[in-house]
Amino acid sequence: MTVRASHQPPGGYRFRHLARMEWIKLRSLRSTWLTVALAVCAPPGIALATGGSNATSGGMSVSNTLTGMLVGVLLTGVAGVLTVTGEYASGTISATFAAAPRRLRVLAAKAAVVGTVALVTGEAAAFLSFFAGAVALRHGITAPALSQPGVLRAIVLTGASLSLAGLFGLGLGTIIRHTAAAITVVVGIVFVGGTFIGQSDFAIRPYLPLYIVSHSLGATGPACLPGMASCWLSPWSGLGLLAGYAAIAMLLGGLILARRDA
Amino acid sequence: MIEVRGLTKRYGSTVAVDRLSFDVPPGAVTGFLGLNGSGKSTTMRMILSLDSPDAGHARIGGQPYLRLRWPLREAGGLLEPRAFHPGRSARAHLAALAASNAIIQSRVDEVLELVGLQAVARKRAGKFSLGMAQRLGIAAALLGDPAVLLLDEPVNGLDPEGIRWIRGLLRSLAAEGRAVLVSSHLISEMALMADRLVVIGQGRLLADTTVAGLSGRAPSLEEAFLQLTGDSAQFRARNMS
Ligand SMILES: Nc1ncnc2c1ncn2[C@@H]1O[C@H](COP(=O)(O)OP(=O)(O)O)[C@@H](O)[C@H]1O
Ligand SMILES: [Mg+2]
Repeated sequence: MTVRASHQPPGGYRFRHLARMEWIKLRSLRSTWLTVALAVCAPPGIALATGGSNATSGGMSVSNTLTGMLVGVLLTGVAGVLTVTGEYASGTISATFAAAPRRLRVLAAKAAVVGTVALVTGEAAAFLSFFAGAVALRHGITAPALSQPGVLRAIVLTGASLSLAGLFGLGLGTIIRHTAAAITVVVGIVFVGGTFIGQSDFAIRPYLPLYIVSHSLGATGPACLPGMASCWLSPWSGLGLLAGYAAIAMLLGGLILARRDA
Repeated sequence: MIEVRGLTKRYGSTVAVDRLSFDVPPGAVTGFLGLNGSGKSTTMRMILSLDSPDAGHARIGGQPYLRLRWPLREAGGLLEPRAFHPGRSARAHLAALAASNAIIQSRVDEVLELVGLQAVARKRAGKFSLGMAQRLGIAAALLGDPAVLLLDEPVNGLDPEGIRWIRGLLRSLAAEGRAVLVSSHLISEMALMADRLVVIGQGRLLADTTVAGLSGRAPSLEEAFLQLTGDSAQFRARNMS
């Protein structure tokens, strides 16, 4: 009278099963698609609106076309937070961990899915912004070209920052668990608050996330100009530091997740 | 088969579960009975390794839950009445869980039909009534066709028709040879549903018996239950004074 145990496939649940679960979860929420649509459309929209006006006579820099990407960074940061705090708020997390009690594997799967979706979103937004900015130029101003030194790098790295923002949000959401508190920390303190601090404290400014996105990743010229109080980080150092922030948030999140009751 | 051995959980100075040991054998519905706050949910969460015990352990089919290769195919749990995202459809919720344990997607439609939710399967689950939410939770528990089921207060908030449906479902699942653990704070409900009873109070085992065994202790089942739990309340009052 005992029920089977015979139809169990060999092996056991693995990362790829959990990545599939997380992908189904992400794609089945309308908010995901709204966020992606907004993050893809807002930056080129801003580039269209401002692209011509903030160009200098010497030609427009690629970083001018990418100003709107900061909106995308905030959006994907929040989306990263929500992928995990939304589960705690609704109680889905207990269903998730009952299905897959190895929590770090679940977190890794979430990171892969959030990171990939945010990366695709970010690259689409960055390339669209670049082309939109060029379209919006007034006559007589030279638009930057993809073939110019550093232009392609600026676009690709700025696009990638959305992925790192998503992972940073995911990590902080895992640490904090509560939606409102985690969004306050990510957007209010780290992104916006940090930017205010940077306006008065030039020494730490190059290390603050939004300044890295706007002044390091999108830069095509030198990081140091004569007379500047401090230099910006180079594009690759900037990306490395953003990746470091995301990694620290994810690691702390993982440590806490493995120890705390679900 | 579920084995619970010396399971203990403290929250600060409260001992939520206190050296609890019992078995949930296959082929029967085991009622997990205790007043509110007696430690039923905490025990079930520890069995599914959602909470970690301060002492003791639980096993499912001889294995700690963390070691299960396909958890949903071995044990199904209903822990919270609304353990799903309100913006997601019932179908997507189940499809995601199925994917995690490599369960074929046609099984999602099977369990949706089994619990009677196929008509609303594509609607946002946030709009579900409590009864529909419980049905979705039961569908999730049944996804992997598991040999072990744990349901925490599944009849809460259900109308009489829903309660009767759950009762019949659990009885037939047990008749198929599954081990079914179902908690409640209502002795009358347990009397109709369960074969065996594990009664706890203040996190401690008060009785591990059959329905007949418990009702033999007093003129009525309810009185026998109140006697048992009343003793444990007095015990606590003595200890605190
Ligand atoms: N997360 C928690 N933090 C602090 N105390 C808790 C927590 N969860 C449960 N408790 C306490 O543990 C005891 C048992 O609770 P619970 O397992 O929910 O009982 P039941 O499910 O039988 O109603 C109660 O005293 C409750 O207040
Ligand atoms: Mg409870």
